[in-house]
Amino acid sequence: MNTTLKTRCFPLPSSLKVVPGTERAQAAYPYYMQFAREDDERFWFYNSMHFPEPMSVFDVTTAEAAYCALGAANTRVHSLPTTLGIDYRIINGRIYIGGNAVTDPAEIARRTKEFQQRAFYYYEHWEELFAQWKQKMLALIRSAEALPKLALPEFEPLEHVRAGRGIASNHYLLDIYQKTLEGYFRMWHHHFEFLLLGYGAYLTFFDFCKKAFPEISDQTVARMVAGMEAEIFRPDDELRRLAKRAIELGVDDLFRDGTAPGEIMQCLEQSESGRKWLEELSDAREPWFNINVGDGFYHYHRSWNDDLSMPFASLPGYIANVKAGERIERPIEKLMVERQQLIDNYRELLNSDEERAAYDQMIQLAHRVFPYVEGHKFYCEHWYTNLFFNKIREFGALLAEHGFFPNAEDIFHLTHYEVEAAIVDLMTSWSNGSPPRGPARWTPIVNERKTAIAEWARHETPPALGPVPDVIDDPAIVMLWGITRENLDSWLAAGEKPDSNEIKGFAASSGVVDGIARVVMTVDEIDRLRRGDILVCHVTNPSWAPVFQKIAAAVSDIGGSMSHAAIVAREYGLPAVVGTGTATQKIKDGQRIRVDGGRGVVTILQ
Amino acid sequence: MRSTANISWFADITLADRAIVGGKGGSLGELTRAGIAVPPGFVVTTRGFELVLAELEKQRQIRSRVEALTLHDLKGIRLLSEELRTRLKNAPLPPDVRSDIVAAHAELCGPDPRWPLAVRSSATAEDSEEASFAGLQDTYLWVKGTEAILEYVRSCWASLYSVPSISYRRKGGTSENGVAIAVVVQTMVDARSAGVMFTRSPLTGDRSVITIESTWGLGSAVVSGEVTPDRFVIGKITGQISVREISDKRRQDVTVESGGIKQIETPEELRRAPSISDGELKALAEIGCKVERHYGRPQDIEWAINHENEISLLQSRPETVWSDKDKAPVARPAQNPLEHVMNIFGGRR
Repeated sequence: MNTTLKTRCFPLPSSLKVVPGTERAQAAYPYYMQFAREDDERFWFYNSMHFPEPMSVFDVTTAEAAYCALGAANTRVHSLPTTLGIDYRIINGRIYIGGNAVTDPAEIARRTKEFQQRAFYYYEHWEELFAQWKQKMLALIRSAEALPKLALPEFEPLEHVRAGRGIASNHYLLDIYQKTLEGYFRMWHHHFEFLLLGYGAYLTFFDFCKKAFPEISDQTVARMVAGMEAEIFRPDDELRRLAKRAIELGVDDLFRDGTAPGEIMQCLEQSESGRKWLEELSDAREPWFNINVGDGFYHYHRSWNDDLSMPFASLPGYIANVKAGERIERPIEKLMVERQQLIDNYRELLNSDEERAAYDQMIQLAHRVFPYVEGHKFYCEHWYTNLFFNKIREFGALLAEHGFFPNAEDIFHLTHYEVEAAIVDLMTSWSNGSPPRGPARWTPIVNERKTAIAEWARHETPPALGPVPDVIDDPAIVMLWGITRENLDSWLAAGEKPDSNEIKGFAASSGVVDGIARVVMTVDEIDRLRRGDILVCHVTNPSWAPVFQKIAAAVSDIGGSMSHAAIVAREYGLPAVVGTGTATQKIKDGQRIRVDGGRGVVTILQ
Repeated sequence: MRSTANISWFADITLADRAIVGGKGGSLGELTRAGIAVPPGFVVTTRGFELVLAELEKQRQIRSRVEALTLHDLKGIRLLSEELRTRLKNAPLPPDVRSDIVAAHAELCGPDPRWPLAVRSSATAEDSEEASFAGLQDTYLWVKGTEAILEYVRSCWASLYSVPSISYRRKGGTSENGVAIAVVVQTMVDARSAGVMFTRSPLTGDRSVITIESTWGLGSAVVSGEVTPDRFVIGKITGQISVREISDKRRQDVTVESGGIKQIETPEELRRAPSISDGELKALAEIGCKVERHYGRPQDIEWAINHENEISLLQSRPETVWSDKDKAPVARPAQNPLEHVMNIFGGRR
């Protein structure tokens, strides 16, 4: 074994200390997420792609539910030959994950047999299963929407008594809570039902292209595969349409930078055409404004519907673009023609008809599976997740009303087990007339945990922990996180040479631009972006699309060539470098930087 | 402007004429006919060389003596080379060969009899697909006046018997009877920038990219390896410039007013400046694609841009290094297309 490789190591989990003073907050996470001694022998990496900020104890439900479902799909449902599921741990609010690779050839062979009758069935019946998936997913969304409002009346309503319902209102708190939680765990199974297979088919084509055209850029392959009409593009499309409608209806001058949505809507109410616009807005809102301003994994990633300031902040820019004569709709036919041309042109360069036939087979499969890969996010990470957190928020309001803690949002500092305990506490109190025990207990705990989250956010955390593996051949890790041996080497190198003014990442969208860096760590800071700024962020997601109209370039810590920052940047023709690992740490807000999206390099100029 | 048995204008030449115009002459003719900008010129066909050689063979055998040499007989090669070069340089030109060259030269020069030209060897086996004689025979740059042309045509002939040329052919065991030499006489580009272009990646063999190397002044500095050129990689399909390495180009080859070329220091402000603009790169890449399509295979091209920023090609030959490696397909079609995903899921990578 190569000793130089073997000695390369990230800090061991056991050497990573809980920030002093936050020990109790750390202990609040479930026992199965805490690092243990034996974890030192394994490789872990910080999942900053999905969880870029310290997670509150309630929000880690997302990790639990997602990894339960991901692992089940890989290990038990489709039987991926070389990988099982993902292990996860949390320290200082940061979620570290590690893959479970299968390396024994006999076991791989056994799992391959299973895989071929399971996964192949999915590929063969992809369209019908995907159509069925949409129905299942919509039914799940409808059932979450149908959960009753929470109510603890002083007396049980008379009609319940006369109907002989027998079950009192306090029981329904538990019932609704458990259904809410169950629905969230269930949703993640839907999320992973197709995901790995979809990415796998895409990567198969990607891998072929990289062999046939060793210097082809990731973004070019991505452009050959990307669809144009996935649901995830709709919210932004709707916004552009509304901008155009505002002009057509003659109400466009009401939309000005810095005016609050409420104020604008009030003015719109005053006129016939204003009311017409509002009608169209409300049609667009269901369902298309059920999109988060984050990736949906944190309770504070609110949807456009919950907070209209994000979509409204983009309208003045879109209106100005329409007035300047720009075509504002995405030119879908043109994009599709370009995609086909790209596919044909590369096809022509292949060496033989044999290669072309293999290429055709792979691109066809990639095109069949990709609508799922692009489309699932709207239903899962956005629409459903909004419903879930908002329902929990209702419980927060009820518990706050009964004095458990001051604000509805405080509920997110209880684990989902603790929330259930608090609900039972409240149920008991309502039933027997004694005061609940919770108010004395929860407020100081919530405060302590809030302080800890704020403290953890101020500390950097290592990108990875433990010994560096010789190879990373776990397809799940490579596909979903873009982690390769080369990435790890560059992370290690970044730790050794902190002074370099060059930051390397994936070349996501070509072009070279200089500008002022705006380091945006949370979605709340989006409004700091000014026209011509370069967005520097941890990770972007589809709901950020409207900000791309005013920025000059985008840089992210996390993401591959199919990440949303990459896709949106290409559509807007902006240079973008993604997956830099450290851009938000190395670049200071206000610095002049140069983004070379064709080479994947960001240079700090001053 | 009519071709004769002794001289062929580019417009009258195709690749099929390589036996009498050599590889370089054939390629320049082929490019001209394909509508690619090539500095105008003609080829002194192998007929003149064969006539002179036949005269000299009568005095004392040539080809059989070359073929009798062994590669390790360095002294024998050197002595025979000296003898043959002297004899070829001093041999009188047959009158019809001489008059055809003089007439073609006058026509090429137009009103200025001292119009600067390049005189370039074009061996018949040179640049063929089987053997690359590239760079073994002489080239004379910025040549002015009829007398100089006539002299350098014979110098080119003589260079077929230079030590490296003979050695190369002995190494390959080439039959001397197939070997002859034509001479290209063409207008010379006073290059602002020049270099080479490969219509596939020389590093990875990737056929979807074009690599362009460029330096200030004449391309001779790049070809001889004396200057590290700027290097660019451009996507054939995307048009994207993915690599842009600007080197320190300390020296450059330039033309001399009285004739010939010299090497000078590059002015300080140009040393680290790109020697070619993005627009020129794209235009050049388009020409590269056109030539590749014309030949139906990747090409290795020499190009120049004059002080009026006009691009012309000086040479195009098939790329030989990677074309041999293209045999095994990257993937074959599968009976069940789903089998391809096992490349990712099956741990086969």
